[in-house]
Amino acid sequence: MRSSFIMLLVAVLVYPIFASSRPDNLASEQVLHRGNGAEVQTLDPHKAEGVPSSNILRDLYEGLTIEAPDGTVIPGTAESWEISDDGKTYVFHIRKNAKWSNGDPVTAHDFVYGLRRSVDPATASKYSQILAPILNAEDVIAGKQPVENLGVRALDDYTLEIRLKASTPYLLGLLNHSSTYPVHKASVEKYGDQFSRPGKLVSNGAYVLKEWVIQSHIKLERNPNYWDNANTIIDTVYYYPIEDQSTELKRYRAGEIDRTEDVPSQQIKWIKKNLADELQVAPYLGSYYFGFNLTRPPFKDNPKLRRALSMAIDREIITKRITGLGEKPLYSWVPPGINGYEAARLDYADWPQKKRVEEARKLYKEAGYSRSNPLTVEIRYNTSENHKKIAIAIAAMWKQALGVKTRLVNEEWKVFLENRKQKQVTQVFRAGWIGDYNDPYNFMEILLSKHGLNDSGYVNPEYDELLHQASMESDPKKRFELMKKAETLVLRDHPVMPIYSYVSSHLIKPWVGNYVPNVLDHNYSKDLYILKH
Amino acid sequence: MLRYSLKRLLGAVPTLLILMTLAFFMMRAAPGGPFDTEKTLPPEIQANLDKKYHLDESLVQQYGRYLWDLAHGDFGPSFQYKDYSVNELIATGFPVSLRLGLSAIAIALIIGVGLGTLAALRQNSATDYSVMTLAMTGISIPNFVLAPILILVFAVYLGWLPAGGWNGGAFKNTILPIIGLALPQIAYISRLMRGSMIEVLRSNPIRTARAKGLPERVVILRHALKPALLPVVSFLGPATAAVITGSVVIEQIFGIPGLGRYFVQGALNRDYTLVMGVVVFYGALIILFNFIVDLVYALLDPKVRYG
Repeated sequence: MRSSFIMLLVAVLVYPIFASSRPDNLASEQVLHRGNGAEVQTLDPHKAEGVPSSNILRDLYEGLTIEAPDGTVIPGTAESWEISDDGKTYVFHIRKNAKWSNGDPVTAHDFVYGLRRSVDPATASKYSQILAPILNAEDVIAGKQPVENLGVRALDDYTLEIRLKASTPYLLGLLNHSSTYPVHKASVEKYGDQFSRPGKLVSNGAYVLKEWVIQSHIKLERNPNYWDNANTIIDTVYYYPIEDQSTELKRYRAGEIDRTEDVPSQQIKWIKKNLADELQVAPYLGSYYFGFNLTRPPFKDNPKLRRALSMAIDREIITKRITGLGEKPLYSWVPPGINGYEAARLDYADWPQKKRVEEARKLYKEAGYSRSNPLTVEIRYNTSENHKKIAIAIAAMWKQALGVKTRLVNEEWKVFLENRKQKQVTQVFRAGWIGDYNDPYNFMEILLSKHGLNDSGYVNPEYDELLHQASMESDPKKRFELMKKAETLVLRDHPVMPIYSYVSSHLIKPWVGNYVPNVLDHNYSKDLYILKH
Repeated sequence: MLRYSLKRLLGAVPTLLILMTLAFFMMRAAPGGPFDTEKTLPPEIQANLDKKYHLDESLVQQYGRYLWDLAHGDFGPSFQYKDYSVNELIATGFPVSLRLGLSAIAIALIIGVGLGTLAALRQNSATDYSVMTLAMTGISIPNFVLAPILILVFAVYLGWLPAGGWNGGAFKNTILPIIGLALPQIAYISRLMRGSMIEVLRSNPIRTARAKGLPERVVILRHALKPALLPVVSFLGPATAAVITGSVVIEQIFGIPGLGRYFVQGALNRDYTLVMGVVVFYGALIILFNFIVDLVYALLDPKVRYG
């Protein structure tokens, strides 16, 4: 139980720093207006996917753990926990004062009900996979075992045990994901699919759902029954679905919203000039990359060609001239920002571009191509101004450095996804991945030979084996070492070309207090406050 | 008249059926499905989802199921907005679009007819040219250019009106979207009106009226306006149906919770039921408004009679 003691200590030490920062010049009206991207698809935490739903669900519900403003995992509805020495059993102690918004106590049974519902095939959750580390979860999802066999049980009303398939060091971070939230059994059973409507939704987080006008707004109000209600400052939160970023910027400028969900990249120069103090840009746990289709020529069994093409891309130019928000050139597969993990790097990461191009020319020739016999290749991307600009830049770099002839193909999102998955027509394709939780495995698993997102068709038994070992390893340090070793293989084989790591960007009014950027871009409304203005 | 009406309405059923069938199979023919995301689902989860939404059945079975539900007035659940049914989405979106659309069409009709008539009476004068220049500009400046300019001027710089949002349908929030919707219609209507008014003013009945020495005001209002309105009326049918079902551009830019954006979002998300719902709804409205136009024709034009 050594590790659990450290966890508790960290939690106890870190927590009060954030909780005690209540200022005295608060505005009399504590109302926060947040832009929120697309309309949410659902407020059922077990069916939710996508950033817009998650933002609101974090305000409505509370998992066993939550995050401090800087993203550190801290106790949520569980006030403490113990982890067994083999890292496979977690025992959580639920706060005795945790309540649902209707006053009912939140118990360990609610979590058992929630987790079972999340993996139940009848729920048809798209995110239930994320619970795969829990004992028997995969079998339950597949319908091979009854939900009762899920490795989760209530030892008593306030004690919850979760048993895992293997030690999963990122479990605590996973437990603030919406697919692990408890739901109020009585109202789910009473209202069925409609339990997530205003007036029916019973939640256990800092806020309750007051209004939901589709495509207009979602209004949340303080939950007086929330266990930490005394420390919540903002009374009312409005979420506005605004997909168009220029529209969002105008509404921000007109003073109608306090925090934008995004920033229009075409207007970034104007913003940097006029709203520099309100622009918040922070590293975001995501990789933007281009993949090769390894199942067909010309990239099948041709690592030299793939390496040459990757080397010929000047990532600095892309991040400086095209994306321009502060994205960082990416020379690893796992983006920076994961606690304690130092990613492997491409061996040519520190070379000057000139040297890279020289080496690329050599490899290109060895692969059998030349100026007189150039490679003809297709870059496929989903329709978007930024992807197009980047694809054009890459095509130009390849042409200049190697004489490659590139054809650009843009496709509507769903068509693009289908083509990528089928691996029939793709050659080079755009892709990006944002981490669901703060752990390298999130990115590493994508390139497992059988993984659904492995659109490159990368098959490397050594890689699969290293990741398997890592997922069985209970020592966090050794686990990271195994993953780094696996990452080195990816960087050697070039199934993908990492381009840059994402940033999150928001405009935030100067009167929004306690806003701390973090790598997962999670901002709980309960941690913020409005200053006099 | 009654027999004619009944015949027209019954005739609409096969039209709608064809429209629906085409939309159903075209939608299914598009690559990608409603649950496709970057994250590929394990086959078991995909199967669970397909089963829940009956996508595991054959296309013919699904088509039959859809027809059966539709006959009972049920458009089905939305695949994308999982907490709502398509009926609910249409029921909440349509009143918003209807209110904005009807206001815009009414304004456009009054201003457009006025301007068009004015231009026709002063044919080839400075008034005519400026009205027609304005109309051409109105037609050629697309909404997605005009609307942001309106917001910049009236919301960001002057601060008179909100930059967007619906706010429960507050009057202030509807002004800019209505202007955005009405301007292109004003342009079309005034051009149509000018053209037909010029033609009518040269016709024999008007010449006769003038020869009889009737005052110009009476000639225009009593004798010329009615026949000159005919092309405008036939334009109004489909235009009204289009405007009251919402404009995706205006709704996106002003953050209006109307029906318009479901056409585009539904298609992009492969939200089969939502697309079918709005297509059938829109189709029914077009048929209805064309029917109304034909009835109005009979009122305006003595040559048109329905037995």
